[in-house]
Amino acid sequence: MIEALTIDSETKTPLPHGLRPGYAGKSMNDSGASSEQISQGCEQTDWLVAVREHRDKAAFGRLYDHFTPRLKGMLIRSGMSGAAAEDVVQDVMLTIWRKAHLYDEGRARASAWIYRIARNRQIDVIRRRPRPVPDEMIVEAESREAHDADAMVSLEQEAVQLREALATLPQSQREIVERAYVGELTQAEIREATGLALGTIKSRIRLALEKLRHELKDLRDE
Amino acid sequence: MKQITHHLPEWLIRSYAAGSLGHAFSLVVATHVSQCDECRARLEAEEAAGGVVLEGLEAVDTSDDLRARVFDGLDEDIAPEAPAPQRTGIYPGALIAEMGSDQPRWRSLGGGIRQAILSEDKQGSARLLYIPQGMAVPDHTHGGLELTLVLQGSFHDETGEFGVGDVEVAEDDLDHTPTAGMGEACICLAATDAPLQFKGLLPRLLQPIFRI
Ligand SMILES: [Zn+2]
Repeated sequence: MIEALTIDSETKTPLPHGLRPGYAGKSMNDSGASSEQISQGCEQTDWLVAVREHRDKAAFGRLYDHFTPRLKGMLIRSGMSGAAAEDVVQDVMLTIWRKAHLYDEGRARASAWIYRIARNRQIDVIRRRPRPVPDEMIVEAESREAHDADAMVSLEQEAVQLREALATLPQSQREIVERAYVGELTQAEIREATGLALGTIKSRIRLALEKLRHELKDLRDE
Repeated sequence: MKQITHHLPEWLIRSYAAGSLGHAFSLVVATHVSQCDECRARLEAEEAAGGVVLEGLEAVDTSDDLRARVFDGLDEDIAPEAPAPQRTGIYPGALIAEMGSDQPRWRSLGGGIRQAILSEDKQGSARLLYIPQGMAVPDHTHGGLELTLVLQGSFHDETGEFGVGDVEVAEDDLDHTPTAGMGEACICLAATDAPLQFKGLLPRLLQPIFRI
């Protein structure tokens, strides 16, 4: 791990690609925030909104097809067996269906919301006790709706730029970032990496953060 | 809400988002985020990044059985979940859930100091501490990283002043003398990633007790 984090020399001489075949997903290799990318991400959010608004099973099916294979992959990489990962994925997908009414597209993109649900469920299962989770923020439905349209677009733009920032990292650094969020690193490793590879995408996350911060403030002020 | 000046470090929020944080530290993160919009936004930004990474992952094969189980589940009637615990007094819902009650089960440690151990495992421990106003805790260093989140009152030490909502992050080599502020007793949530030591022997018992 420590070796993987001493990345300066590798930055100059990148490791040959193919060390981990198919490691970076298709979308992470594309650079540039094309409108196609924005609409792709929005599509997932639209599916989730359709599930929330209309209990739309076709939209749920699309969410299933998109997220299930990736969730399973993520859970396996963070240390679960295939069977255990599928059990968690099943719970996650059913939670998405049953708790869609709690989804707020002005606060999170579909993938961010699903990522959180997956972590919560995974930790509950691994530790056999409930994961401590922050109290929900109480938000009036009216103030929520007033912000959603703009907020959704800016969340999407931030995500595209985050993806772009990731794609332009040297492969070794991108791997560290991916491994951190997938759940392959320990707390100590994430701490160490935060000053190195993860520092590189910090500015991107900071910008995303500004947007979220204003959004929360607006919600509080209404 | 009082202005919070000591927030969670970035790597802790990131580790929580990624599911890489032990139970005790996770409790501190969840309890702080419950009362800090700044760190809530930072956590949501980390989850946004996690979502972006998730979307970019390679798809792996899933079984037909999984699909059947999920789609069969859609029409199932399930009992509604119990609502998440609400904040009660100084204790956010995250802490109420952990305590399983809206009041800590305090145990006296003498000198007016009380503690309530919340959790203990291989990755660390979490406890609530009650320190009467103005009382100084003896110099101590700790065996690991220690997080202290103030829930009521305040304390100060060589590194600064900590009020309600503030988190102190003390490295294992920090030798400090935390002192509860005046006005009211200081109640805080303290978590460490080192296992509790010296259990059982009375004189030695004081060392872990006084770790703040
Ligand atoms: Zn904070």
